[in-house]
Amino acid sequence: MSEKFEVTNDYKFGFKTPEHYHFKGGVGLTKEVVEEISRMKEEPQWMLEFRLRALEVFQSKPMPQWGLDLSQIEFDKIHYYVRATDRTNDSWDDVPQDIRDTFDKLGIPEAERKFLAGMGAQFESEVVYHNLKEKWTELGVVFLDTDTALKKYPEMFRKYFATIVPPEDNKFAALNSAVWSGGTFIYVPPGVKVDIPLQAYFRINAESMGQFERTLIVADEGADIHYVEGCTAPIYAKHSLHAAVVEIVALKGARIQYTTVQNWSSNVYNLVTKRAVAHEDATMIWVDGNLGSYKTMKYPSVYMVGKGARADILSLALASTNQEQDAGGKVIHAAPNTTSTITSKSVSLNGGRASYRGLVKIHKNATGSKTNVQCDALILDDHSISDTYPYIEVENSDSYVEHEASVSKVSEEQLFYLASRGIPEEEARSMIVSGFVDAIVRELPMEYAVEMNRLIELQMEGSVG
Amino acid sequence: MSNLLEISNLHAGVEGKEILKGLNLSIPEGEVHVIMGPNGSGKSTLANVIMGHPAYEVASGHIEFGGEDLLDLATDERARVGVFLSFQSPTALPGISLLQLLRKATTMVLGDEAPDTAMEMMTEVNEARELTGLPEHLLTRSANDGFSGGEKKKGEIIQMAMLKPKLVILDEIDSGLDIDAVKAVSRGINALREQGRSFLIITHYQRILNYVKPDRVHVVSDGQIIRSGDHTLAHELEEVGYEQVEVAR
Ligand SMILES: Nc1ncnc2c1ncn2[C@@H]1O[C@H](COP(=O)(O)OP(=O)(O)OP(=O)(O)O)[C@@H](O)[C@H]1O
Ligand SMILES: [Mg+2]
Repeated sequence: MSEKFEVTNDYKFGFKTPEHYHFKGGVGLTKEVVEEISRMKEEPQWMLEFRLRALEVFQSKPMPQWGLDLSQIEFDKIHYYVRATDRTNDSWDDVPQDIRDTFDKLGIPEAERKFLAGMGAQFESEVVYHNLKEKWTELGVVFLDTDTALKKYPEMFRKYFATIVPPEDNKFAALNSAVWSGGTFIYVPPGVKVDIPLQAYFRINAESMGQFERTLIVADEGADIHYVEGCTAPIYAKHSLHAAVVEIVALKGARIQYTTVQNWSSNVYNLVTKRAVAHEDATMIWVDGNLGSYKTMKYPSVYMVGKGARADILSLALASTNQEQDAGGKVIHAAPNTTSTITSKSVSLNGGRASYRGLVKIHKNATGSKTNVQCDALILDDHSISDTYPYIEVENSDSYVEHEASVSKVSEEQLFYLASRGIPEEEARSMIVSGFVDAIVRELPMEYAVEMNRLIELQMEGSVG
Repeated sequence: MSNLLEISNLHAGVEGKEILKGLNLSIPEGEVHVIMGPNGSGKSTLANVIMGHPAYEVASGHIEFGGEDLLDLATDERARVGVFLSFQSPTALPGISLLQLLRKATTMVLGDEAPDTAMEMMTEVNEARELTGLPEHLLTRSANDGFSGGEKKKGEIIQMAMLKPKLVILDEIDSGLDIDAVKAVSRGINALREQGRSFLIITHYQRILNYVKPDRVHVVSDGQIIRSGDHTLAHELEEVGYEQVEVAR
């Protein structure tokens, strides 16, 4: 991380920095902040201009008038740039007790805990990562943090960057575009199939856990890749806003799976724009698990622009006390014979609110297309809420649209049955929840699936009464 | 022999309506008791109350199990002290397979005695499964979800066999089972009985009693046991019907 940015002595913003922070960030967002970020990163002029344009868009766009209430976000109190090298200086004592307890219960190793808490960026798995990296490099796979990619592969970077999610897309995409830092850049050459999920990287790269990270993945023709981000352990964030942008390009015949397990601490607004473009015969799969955060709004989308393209979106949301998860997906059929599925499972408990919000759009020219939307909600108690907002727009008459929705409650009969088999209520509930989300958890890499189930158990602990 | 289950003057109901009206019943260790009686007379209610179903309120009376006050225990605790109920209509458990259920239930109920390894577990489950003739693929599907009537009952028997309870309550286990399955279940009952376990078999039919010879047969009517006798009472009932028995009271 220190290899990326020199710590310069003249690094200072002209505004107040709270004394207890070790890093030299600052609060509030101005043109000067954006210029400073770009300068720090020694970016090309076009990127600076892009950032400044995005800042204008951000400042001129109103807050979204749909979805969750975001009016409490205090943009002026956010640090827009925190350098990875500074994170390590934070104190372990600042990490809230409940998160430390969860680390304990999940059996997360010491080094990793500190990392997950946004400190200590390096530990053993770095070696593993380097070995993997060599293998990928031989195959011509580019796998870098986004800042480095901009320096090393300027042309390829510029060709795709912000073409899928322009700053104008939405207020938070604009914000990200103005202040982005870190994230992952991946390019997979034609025909190359990366047979193991690219994930080790994320766990050791603190920069990619920045709160305005920007990810760009391009799979060239016939390439195949599975990228996993996030982790099941809670990620402690000091600042309350995470606004990332993820852009994906699946060229002809490529296949990309992008798996996210989101478990931000309960103070975070998680507002992420994820979008993929799938060309002819390409397949894009989003697996999106939302466990943490205060409020999440996230609808991974796929634009099927080439004939025969395919999109699968699996969305999982778990909303507990004080949480609102507004999740789902969007599929846009813009070419003939395109196929999509959206599978959503949402669980609300302990007063949480989980909603499915989804859009299926089949354009006039997307003849012979097929879509299947299945959204299931599970409500664990009377004070929790589940909502469904499915939007389906079909402009031609020979496409096939299926939509099913179900809402279920854990019944007294089920709990009694399980109790009669010696299983206490708390464990019975977590069995029911694990069973409910299984179709999605099954799509996760093994170690994530195991942790996920464990985490659900933890979430359910003490939820009876 | 001492009584494993001792129910005295039990009054219980649901939503303020009294269903069991002063019921008395004792089952000694190792005995098989049968309860017969008209629809709606309170047989399943009795089973549910013994197991501790939250919808039923016990107004008065006692249930002792192995000398312990059963009414003091939560349902899962009752299971752990050795009470097992095979339900008249087992509820569907979307997302939970019989195999997962068995894994959890054996750990909870048997503790250290539970099969240690996945291999051991599979061997035992398959033994029980083969006894009932339940197709193997149903072990990994959501339990009771879209199962046929008979398949659900077979699932209950597999759980009974795995959990090794001291007292087994079978609520109409023979309804919906084919002839082979009734015989198989009867073999299972007899095997457990030889190990000194007790049974409360609720049934409408004489059929299962051709294979399992009960120690006692009780007739329940309107929430009370109105008559008890040996296995010949079941024959009598089948011939004359409940009305005659009630009139004869
Ligand atoms: N949960 C309940 N809520 C309301 N009424 C109930 C409930 N459970 C039982 N009852 C009523 O109590 C009475 C006894 O029911 P129960 O199920 O015990 O009968 P049963 O003897 O098992 O009948 P069957 O032979 O038809 O199975 C019936 O009138 C029934 O409708
Ligand atoms: Mg009944």
